[in-house]
Amino acid sequence: MTKYETLMARKNEIMKKSVGIDYNTYELDGIGFDYEAMMNDFDYSLKDIKDVQQKNMVGNTPLIELKNITNYARQFAKKGYGARIFVKDEAANLSGSFKARRASMAVDQAKQLGYKGVIAATSGNYGAAVAALAAKENLACIIVQECFDSKNISQPEILEKARKCEAFGAEVLQLSVGPELFYTFLELLEETGYFNASLYSPYGIKGIETLGAEIAEELMEKEGKYPEAVVITNAGGGNLTGTSRGLKTVGATDTKIIGASVNLYGLHMASDYDFNKKSFTTGHTGFGIPFAMNPDRSDVPRSAARPLRYMDRYVMVNQGSVFFMTEALAQLEGMERGPAGNTSLAAAFKLAQEMKEDEIIVVQETEYTGAGKHIMPQLSFAKKNNINLLFGNPLDEVPGKTIVFPNDGSLINYQEITITEIKKSYLKRYLDIALTTTDKTYLQKELKIDAETLTKLLKELTDERT
Amino acid sequence: MIEKGTFVRIRKTLLDPKDRSTNLPKDTQQVPFKLWVKGTLLDDAEMFDYVNIQTVTGRIVNGKLKESNPKYKHGYGDFVPEILTIRKIIKEDTKGNQS
Repeated sequence: MTKYETLMARKNEIMKKSVGIDYNTYELDGIGFDYEAMMNDFDYSLKDIKDVQQKNMVGNTPLIELKNITNYARQFAKKGYGARIFVKDEAANLSGSFKARRASMAVDQAKQLGYKGVIAATSGNYGAAVAALAAKENLACIIVQECFDSKNISQPEILEKARKCEAFGAEVLQLSVGPELFYTFLELLEETGYFNASLYSPYGIKGIETLGAEIAEELMEKEGKYPEAVVITNAGGGNLTGTSRGLKTVGATDTKIIGASVNLYGLHMASDYDFNKKSFTTGHTGFGIPFAMNPDRSDVPRSAARPLRYMDRYVMVNQGSVFFMTEALAQLEGMERGPAGNTSLAAAFKLAQEMKEDEIIVVQETEYTGAGKHIMPQLSFAKKNNINLLFGNPLDEVPGKTIVFPNDGSLINYQEITITEIKKSYLKRYLDIALTTTDKTYLQKELKIDAETLTKLLKELTDERT
Repeated sequence: MIEKGTFVRIRKTLLDPKDRSTNLPKDTQQVPFKLWVKGTLLDDAEMFDYVNIQTVTGRIVNGKLKESNPKYKHGYGDFVPEILTIRKIIKEDTKGNQS
């Protein structure tokens, strides 16, 4: 065993101490675990969560109708089509993103359980959120980032997030490319005895339920109905899981849940060379697809983020379209927001054109913007890494080689990711196991399918193998 | 010389290529796994010496001294004229459209 593998073998033991949850209690016989029992053991009602969040300047963000962007989209829709596009301005949360909803509950839990500090592994907005809330609770905070390649070159977006974490008094560990980030993370948990403020704990995901609930409740009050669709930028799956659970909890059970990711197909997420060839460090397929196929690849034994349980459709958009829509949001609506948070906006622009004009589609987040984390430095960085910036058909973009902006708004489009294929990839690892009834029931819930479909998918996979 | 007590940044190799995960793309497998972290210098030192620092959470970390009073180097990058073209497209597309 390498040094890396030796420590990884002790993963579960370290985890148990650091997250305050004994995941073994939820394990079922066979392959599954009791997801709802795990979620419900965190005994906070939606109101309890709202209370914690409100005292921390989290939640209750504005829900804004993007009338000019809606009109723009309608130019390309047939008569009577072009749904109203709303955006939930999550940049208004403490620390500038929806991640504060997650962090508020994780940090609250750490405080209540008596930990002296919190640690989170994230190159994204979550670090800033944990750092800000830890500062408020007077807890020590360490953020671990994947930040630079072997030539010591860093993504400007990640450098900005490091700065923001430090602004709230956190210690930031910046690492080179590789999954061994998890190794460092485990070592730190062991060394410090701090709380693992995992993105994937039940606390974190329950914290996002308020986001879905606020959207549903506000639209019911103002428009007399729940939205027909909510588009959610998808990476690790937590945003989608929490928002969907919140929508359903308050009654919006018919709202279509659409995941959206930036298309980074062809770039290897653990590749030192590819690391700086991408112009988005989150919200992309490099996280979205593997985490949907295997949620338990995260930093806790059983992830509370399980997007396939909720997702109705999954689409991807190219980098050029997201940058274009970021600019449209500023130019047409006076909202300057971070590019990655606009992934779902780019998807909604096209999706709205396929919906009737009296229907409502909600883009459920925005994020803060600033030095490094902005269309200008991100594109400037792309050019320095020999990415060609072109105008044309966005679907011609080749991640790592080109960024293609649409020649005009009519060209903004998404590509459907076939959810059934992701579900089949999820199932692949169980092909050689004799599945019990308990296993099958679990898989149906995991994949949001009936017994018949499960049998059909398993048969297709077996046939494909032979 | 950099004085004890100065806020600095160090770099440290955490895993040599042979100690890394065995499940890596070739390019990543060939390079060491490294850390950058900031803290207060515990003894007087010269640039590139191996030094001990104390981080903001009180941890002691050893590594190669790379920077004193490290500044934030990210900004808005070079000006990207393509953004002006994007704006022009949006304005042209939506002419007479504002609600």
